[in-house]
Amino acid sequence: MSNEKKGSVSGVVREPDKKKRNENYNQYVKQVTPTFSIWKNCLKAFIIGGIICTIGQFFINYYMYIGADAEMAKSYNTLTLVFLSILLTGLGIYQKLAKFGGAGTLVPITGFANSVAAPAVEYKKEGQVFGIGCKIFTIAGPVILYGIFTSWLLGIIYYILKQYAVV
Amino acid sequence: MSEIEIRKSKMVGKQSIIFHNPPCIIAASSVAGKKEGEGPLGPLFDIIFEDPLVGKDSWEEAESKLITDAAAKVLQKAGLKSKDIRYLIGGDLLGQLIATSFGVEDLEIPLIGIYGACSTMGEAMSLGAMMVEGGFADRVIALTSSHFAGAEKQFRMPLDYGNQRPYSATWTVTGSGAVIIADRKYANRSNGEALILIKGVTTGKIVDYGLKDSMNMGAAMAPAAYETIKQNFEDLNIKPEYYDKIITGDLGYVGKNILLDLLKENGYDISGNHMDCGIEIFDKDSQDTHAGGSGCGCSAVTFTSFILKQLREGIWKRVLFVPTGALLSTVSFNEGNSVPAIAHAVIVEAE
Repeated sequence: MSNEKKGSVSGVVREPDKKKRNENYNQYVKQVTPTFSIWKNCLKAFIIGGIICTIGQFFINYYMYIGADAEMAKSYNTLTLVFLSILLTGLGIYQKLAKFGGAGTLVPITGFANSVAAPAVEYKKEGQVFGIGCKIFTIAGPVILYGIFTSWLLGIIYYILKQYAVV
Repeated sequence: MSEIEIRKSKMVGKQSIIFHNPPCIIAASSVAGKKEGEGPLGPLFDIIFEDPLVGKDSWEEAESKLITDAAAKVLQKAGLKSKDIRYLIGGDLLGQLIATSFGVEDLEIPLIGIYGACSTMGEAMSLGAMMVEGGFADRVIALTSSHFAGAEKQFRMPLDYGNQRPYSATWTVTGSGAVIIADRKYANRSNGEALILIKGVTTGKIVDYGLKDSMNMGAAMAPAAYETIKQNFEDLNIKPEYYDKIITGDLGYVGKNILLDLLKENGYDISGNHMDCGIEIFDKDSQDTHAGGSGCGCSAVTFTSFILKQLREGIWKRVLFVPTGALLSTVSFNEGNSVPAIAHAVIVEAE
């Protein structure tokens, strides 16, 4: 089939070869399926993500103001944001926030907290062990596994570089 | 085959059946959730549950309750008891059909459980009509259900997980629809309403055009609807105008356009008489349902409320009801397979 038929509906209906027909159909579907505007989404993510981080900065400043040192203030801030995220998840508000903010709610620590709390709420009915226990990390699991794996790998690279006095 | 034998055969073309003594839909019921109740078809539903858990502890139990109530309501409307029903044919979206199994437990009707994903209503009605016309049953119930939260939990993400739904995604309908199919001698004609007959069926094949995006079910199912509808036209040797409406199950806005395109390429223009239950059931702008409604319940409650009403009131004389199903599982999706789809067509006429 010629190139002009690619992605056109006649390239789907008239194509005798199934593999080529499927390729044409996938192209055609891509053309007719509406998608989000990536720039609009980026802007929304920037604003919502920025607001979350500004709130975080506010907490850090506040904890330092009431006497914590910088390290301690950061830890307290993490705890506070995680707590707020879980609270909003439980109340069904975080989902609505994420629908608007997209990656802006996913990237900060609040997104991670949401991904752990949401399955816990959902699978509670299936019991403490097989429900919450087994399924709480269905979304966050890969992040934890590959996060630990990556830090292990980097640790080894760091160790080798150190042996050769590169770093 | 002699001419008489050919004339006696109910098989028509490659995949269709035309009944000699068309069975009758003597009663129908529709049970729906709050969001569906707020939609354009809301006033037509028999029962609307405001509580998404319908007073139960889990989504799965809630869906069973929808089935139980749809069955009870259809029996009540027909003035029958469960012992008057020979078979119950039904299924749902949950793994191992648990909504149906638990939902019909107390009815004690011999059960034929089927899985056709969102095409289940078409499959159940086809089988029910064949059984009644073949003399294997006098009255059968065909029913199905789906629940938004149960489907999200099984096929997608936990409800409270923060993510964005693409524009091509559909919204699973919370609802259950049931019909009683019976020999026409059982039909109650006292109220002067039109008799609703199942004239014939076209059973669909698995159709897979290699699409892998499970968030674009309309595009995955449109080829299945296209092939079944085209087959129906060819088998019966008819034109699209033969039907007042050609009604697909849950293609949504994306799938509808694809279906129209595919059929047009074959010389069939159904843009004037096509309707999609997924588009009818929600108001996309005010209810934020993106591509439209989906799920077994989508075509079932639309059929048992709106479509039957139009037929009974004589606004439509003959429709082709084509529920569409995407037969993927979370395993097949994770293993990188495409989405196989199916569509079953049922010819429904008012007399």
